[in-house]
Amino acid sequence: MSAVSKTAIAQAVPELELVGVEKIFETKRATTHALTAIDLTIEREEFIAIIGQSGCGKTTLLRILAGLVKPSEGAVRAEGRSLWDGAVRDSETVNKLGIVFQDPNLFPWYSVEDNIALPLKLRGVDRRARRTRAHELCELVGLKGFERAYPRELSGGMRQRTAIARALSYRPAVLLMDEPFGALDAMTRERMNLELQSIAAATRATVVLVTHAINEAVFLADRIVLLSPRPGRIRSITRVPFRRPRELDLETAPEFQDIARELRHQLDEDA
Amino acid sequence: MERDRFMKLLPWISTPILLALIIVLWKFGTSAFSVSPFVLPPPEDVGRNLLELMRRPDEWLVHAQITLVETVVGFGFALVTGVVVGAVLGRIFWLEIAVRPLVVALQVIPKVALIPLFVIWFGFGLTSKVIIAAILAFFPIMLNVLLGVRSVEPGHREVMRSLNANRWQTFSSLDFHSTLPYVFAGMEVGIVLALIGAIVGEYLGGNEGLGYMVVVSLNALDAPRLFAVIILLAVLGWLLFFAVNGIKRLMIPWHESVIESGIS
Repeated sequence: MSAVSKTAIAQAVPELELVGVEKIFETKRATTHALTAIDLTIEREEFIAIIGQSGCGKTTLLRILAGLVKPSEGAVRAEGRSLWDGAVRDSETVNKLGIVFQDPNLFPWYSVEDNIALPLKLRGVDRRARRTRAHELCELVGLKGFERAYPRELSGGMRQRTAIARALSYRPAVLLMDEPFGALDAMTRERMNLELQSIAAATRATVVLVTHAINEAVFLADRIVLLSPRPGRIRSITRVPFRRPRELDLETAPEFQDIARELRHQLDEDA
Repeated sequence: MERDRFMKLLPWISTPILLALIIVLWKFGTSAFSVSPFVLPPPEDVGRNLLELMRRPDEWLVHAQITLVETVVGFGFALVTGVVVGAVLGRIFWLEIAVRPLVVALQVIPKVALIPLFVIWFGFGLTSKVIIAAILAFFPIMLNVLLGVRSVEPGHREVMRSLNANRWQTFSSLDFHSTLPYVFAGMEVGIVLALIGAIVGEYLGGNEGLGYMVVVSLNALDAPRLFAVIILLAVLGWLLFFAVNGIKRLMIPWHESVIESGIS
């Protein structure tokens, strides 16, 4: 798709929109102002990375986008529709979101294919169609041959792939990922990043990725949202000019390193 | 791989050897220290008595059946009530807090002390033993289920929530599977306690069941017979336990408690 037509569609309906979002957590002992004045518009098929120090509210921001947390103030809109109606989530909107958590959170009693097909089962898709789709996704995320395995038989990377496949099973328009590769070793992580890139391209999903790894963010994202802590607010939004798909050796390019350095600098200032 | 296979086979080799060793020591002990056969009969006497029992099943089969029925029916009641009460108390926090002191108080009562009471209330027949078996098996099942319904991983719950699952779907895909291992943990303890309850009940009242046979042998000072009946009871206990364990293996093949023991 050309840049022009992409913008045209995007202008018609932004995929996701946060307007004046505030989040305050109140417990018996403390009141935490987790997020303040968050305005963010995410276009269709865009790849957004959210970075920031731990405790800056990036996970909260993602959970707000996912409809798992209700903002204290402000609006969350997906394709122009409000995600919340009072205390009730708009289920049609929620159904368009795929979420990958920090932990794979696979169900140990289900095989890989049953885990992947769980969302389809909940949507009433029949068994045969579920299996076909699960096998298709195993192929996509590199789990071919492991359809019948139980989660305990998989490595950490394979478990997270299963979780990604589960989130993709119902072809969500938006993929929301909360440090999905945080627990993986550097090599696996690099490979997973490449795969995530091709998955994003293949499914043409809009992706929001929370990460604390600067290089990961620069390598994958079209735009990088940097959050400053206490209360969490958007400090900067950096556009990454490289065309996707990108090659791993891009990381050695001077421009890449300039962006990474600038982001690092901003993060250090927050510390 | 070699090592794993060896480890799997090991108990099958070691158990007969250990059993043989125990019998040899037993035999040696009774002859070397000339223990009175009233206290500890030599193994061959017990063996002979056991064979005799095997040859005449009409003498004990009815009794074994009665003990089995008391145990299984009592256990069945305990399972149903234990799962229901455990699930309700696990989900409704204020109710659990309200009844907790009473539950703890009931739980720590030495329940076998109540048996004479049940004999007065429900007579010398099956009913009193079934009730005793049920009460003994109830607590471990109920407490495990209570723990189980509260032990669903928050991350798993979040997955269901993010997928817009309704209550029934969340139960059938998540809570049910997540709680099953706890149910079986309670059942494995409960079945053994149910048998204990039935036997102690038979000791105290009535004229049927393997427990009654124990009392009769004791009154006759027939030590070999006493041992033989105890062995029958032990076998009954094993059978019941392995039945529960077998169902567990069938129902939750994915669970650690099934995988670790290796014979899945």
